[in-house]
Amino acid sequence: MRNVGIILRRELASYFATPLAYIFILIFLVLANAFTFYLGDFYQRGQADLKPFFAFHPWLYLFLIPALSMRLWAEERKSGTIELLMTLPVKTWEAVLGKYLAAWLFTGVALALTFPIWITVNYLGSPDNGVIFASYLGSLLLAGGFLAVGSCMSALTRSQVVAFILGVAACFVLLLAGYPLVLDAFQGWAPQALVKAIASLSFLTHFQSITRGVLEARDVLYFAMLIGFFLFTTTVALDLRKAE
Amino acid sequence: MIKTDHLCKRYQSVTAVEDVTFEVRPGEVLGFLGPNGAGKTTTMRMLAGFVTPTSGRASVFGHDVVSDPLAARQSLGYLPEGAPSYGEMRVNAFLAFIADLRRLEGPRKRARLQHVIERLQLASVLDRPIETLSKGFRRRVGLAQAMLHDPPALILDEPTDGLDPNQKHEVRTLINEMAREKIIVISTHILEEVAAVCTRAIIIARGRIVADDTPLQLAARSRYYNAVSLQLETAAQLAEARAAVEALPAVAQVEVSERDARLTALPRAGASILQAISDLARSRGLKLKELHLESGRLDEVFRTITA
Repeated sequence: MRNVGIILRRELASYFATPLAYIFILIFLVLANAFTFYLGDFYQRGQADLKPFFAFHPWLYLFLIPALSMRLWAEERKSGTIELLMTLPVKTWEAVLGKYLAAWLFTGVALALTFPIWITVNYLGSPDNGVIFASYLGSLLLAGGFLAVGSCMSALTRSQVVAFILGVAACFVLLLAGYPLVLDAFQGWAPQALVKAIASLSFLTHFQSITRGVLEARDVLYFAMLIGFFLFTTTVALDLRKAE
Repeated sequence: MIKTDHLCKRYQSVTAVEDVTFEVRPGEVLGFLGPNGAGKTTTMRMLAGFVTPTSGRASVFGHDVVSDPLAARQSLGYLPEGAPSYGEMRVNAFLAFIADLRRLEGPRKRARLQHVIERLQLASVLDRPIETLSKGFRRRVGLAQAMLHDPPALILDEPTDGLDPNQKHEVRTLINEMAREKIIVISTHILEEVAAVCTRAIIIARGRIVADDTPLQLAARSRYYNAVSLQLETAAQLAEARAAVEALPAVAQVEVSERDARLTALPRAGASILQAISDLARSRGLKLKELHLESGRLDEVFRTITA
């Protein structure tokens, strides 16, 4: 576990050593607020809650998270540092977890920096802060899920652009797994049980049930298992084709 | 001890390394030679645990690189081809990161960091991001990283590539110093380097070992081994000298270079011709600029074996 911490610290420092971190945070904050106020009608609704704020997070993450996760492994492959890292006395899963947690912690920082909107809504009225807290947690879990998918896509290629496109596509399918857009592709030929299973994989339904203020164990478990699965797949993908 | 046993690596249709077997002991500096794409890097990557062998085994001090990879890696220092490192990191942060993963702590960590920084003359660039460094400095950062934990075995893939002659000399001195108690495996395509640092050379071509010998013995396989090379004052005497030398019974062949009035006499197998040629030059009154005995040409052996 110690190696996880060492790799996490290095990764996190490298985000802030380049403009990447600042640009990401800036764009995330600008877009999150623009969506809330212009598309979400934050004022016009006349309600003291952050529903319009959180409603856009899945769509924001759909493009921003793969932009963050695309570099996780593709860059290591491209620059050859994967050879350095994988020949140090480090287990593959430790490297996968360390890099992933750094990225997740980083998105956590970006998310935490949206706190002015929480202050605003508390200043304007008296919102249910329990719901807001649950929603923040749900948003963090959603970001974690997207990052795990992105990590896996990044491990498959040495091109960050390919990793980005694969990441967006995979996240899009998972996001809308419960909706006709994805389900129609399976309806008609796949057994009903499979269609139901796919529908239950939807990011969006689980996220929305958390943002309604109901933090259920099965939703948290869903994200935990999804993250676990994709990190495991990342590890396997790296072990199978480290050098290619 | 580093040991490989019938090591093979195949990619779909290509065989990168085929049946490579050797053993290296402490005190030996093994040089891997071979044309580009011969399998040097793949072999080293298998030793370092980056590439998994298709068949065969490799072990480092008894630790199998596949079944006990962490122990094998801990006793190795490895400089990958091209000396990759995290470009955005500063040199001191990068070395500290490696030290942490190598489990160096407290005074020993400080002492080892200081040692490699001194040895590789990195003090002036400690605060600079690695990507802003020259190729030579980056290579030295890679070397520092490899020897940081004072491993009993070092695997260095082209350690002097990109260095200027002074830096090359420095790195070779460093390798020679460490060679006494360590196992060092280097790959190179600079033949003079083999003569300068290696106690043993393995030549690989098309994935197979084609020669495994000391650099001296390898050079002795050259047809120029024990050949006598003489340079005349003027090209005018060249034809006469050639005829006379060719007439000597122990001389197998004579090569002439008109441009610098040089004549090289190759001996018959096992024969010694220096004395005879020197006597001949005196008796014929040849005006010599230079006369010397060749010890064999590694590049010629290399070409003959790997062609």
